[in-house]
Amino acid sequence: MSMDMNDPMEKGPKRVGRRKFLDLVFKAMPAAGITLGTCGLSISSLRGEEEKKLEPPSEKNSYAMAVDIHKCIGCGRCAYACKKENKVPEDPHTVRTWVERYVIPVEGEALVDSPNGGIDGFPELPETKNILKSFFVPKLCNHCANPPCVQVCPVGATFQTKDGVILVDEKYCVGCRYCIQACPYGARYMHPVKHVADKCTFCYHRIAKGLVPACVEVCPTQARVFGDLNRQSSPIRRFLRFNAIKALKQELNTRPKVFYANADLEVR
Amino acid sequence: MSKGKVPHQLMVLSVIAVAVIAGFFVMRAYLTPKSFGKYGHYRADAIDDVRNLPVSYAGVNVCASCHEEVFQKKAKGFHRGVTCEVCHGPAAAHAEDNSIKPEAPRQRGGCPLCHNYNPARPTGFPQIITAEHNPGKPCMTCHNPHDPVPPTTPEDCGVCHRSIAAQKLVSKHSSVECTTCHQVPKQHFVNPRLNRVGKPTNNEACGNCHGSDVKTQPQVPKVETAKHAGRYLCWECHYPHSPENTP
Repeated sequence: MSMDMNDPMEKGPKRVGRRKFLDLVFKAMPAAGITLGTCGLSISSLRGEEEKKLEPPSEKNSYAMAVDIHKCIGCGRCAYACKKENKVPEDPHTVRTWVERYVIPVEGEALVDSPNGGIDGFPELPETKNILKSFFVPKLCNHCANPPCVQVCPVGATFQTKDGVILVDEKYCVGCRYCIQACPYGARYMHPVKHVADKCTFCYHRIAKGLVPACVEVCPTQARVFGDLNRQSSPIRRFLRFNAIKALKQELNTRPKVFYANADLEVR
Repeated sequence: MSKGKVPHQLMVLSVIAVAVIAGFFVMRAYLTPKSFGKYGHYRADAIDDVRNLPVSYAGVNVCASCHEEVFQKKAKGFHRGVTCEVCHGPAAAHAEDNSIKPEAPRQRGGCPLCHNYNPARPTGFPQIITAEHNPGKPCMTCHNPHDPVPPTTPEDCGVCHRSIAAQKLVSKHSSVECTTCHQVPKQHFVNPRLNRVGKPTNNEACGNCHGSDVKTQPQVPKVETAKHAGRYLCWECHYPHSPENTP
């Protein structure tokens, strides 16, 4: 448009004086700039849409996970797959999900161990007498509906999406470790390479593509169930209805969204 | 100083204050990322940063779209719930480019991750003691991982119910056969989950040996079944696989 406006001005110099011509040019410049700018923007946004094609997260979804402790065989494949999928460094203390072994003696305190997150299996117990029972409990970020880690973040680098997943913005995190301290489940760790807080994302990049999280995908006994709490046909709705459910540390009012079936009193 | 005239110092201070406040707003507009605050107190673009991460595990449907045969075979076996990538590792790269081969654990390393004996595993889950079970031989020589079955039907209960058998072996009940108390259907050895073993339901089961009116060997402890237990079942106090030594 602006170019068309300029053209007749330049073709007819006799009718337009120098002062008026300059005035028109100066007036037309911002208009031309805006038009070109908007053209450029729309092209870049079109390119962006081709890459992403993702709708923003909405409250229509509410993602959650459930674990059946009776089904867990402690093979540690979930923790292994999580490390592979999310490229978590192979350090025993950097785990997004891990498997704990609970050993409950007839008397005394329960023993809980998780060497390397359970990825390499569990060592034999030194003493096998006087053990009442023993079982495995997979742990991960509980994606609390009322998350203490988000409350303490001083820069807004960790947040809750509208579909209920707690994420970390690794470009924005300053690495102050407040959130690691605040998490009552010990689900966060300091990334040794990026020097930012890191945690389970429910494999947000996978659920956006319609896949289940990597740990759920590889669980050989279907001990882990993932789904959308707001969808009636979701497997997690059925799981929650047909099992006696416990969540961890509910007394802290974190409202966790990882549920456990057949959990012992000692599990916390 | 005339009335109503603003002092020079105040003028200077207010100019500095205005400059600082204006500077704050300019810097904030300049430094805050564009999408910050779009959905809440965070950078909205961070959501897409996470969502655009690459996927390593392709998912079972992708595997099945090419390897239909294996999938059909596996669907009928005990490993029907075990997805391909549990043993073969992340295979999204393989699905994209066939020249990249996924892992195929053919040695003894893979299977014991799930099947090595560990007392914390759920009862009935098939387990072996890796050091004693044909040491050195790859599991694949006898078992097909896509359709695993024991090469021979087990004859002894202890093959699968190892922890119970070990406990019973050193207990007072070592000479008591499993079938004395349990009704074992023959098909249980072939398809255990669908042919469950019968368990005693009343105190008569124990009373058959331990009842005061029964003529068994004198060292077998005797009680009046009806009076001794009242409304309780025997196994609510005594563990039949390892009964206590002293009465």
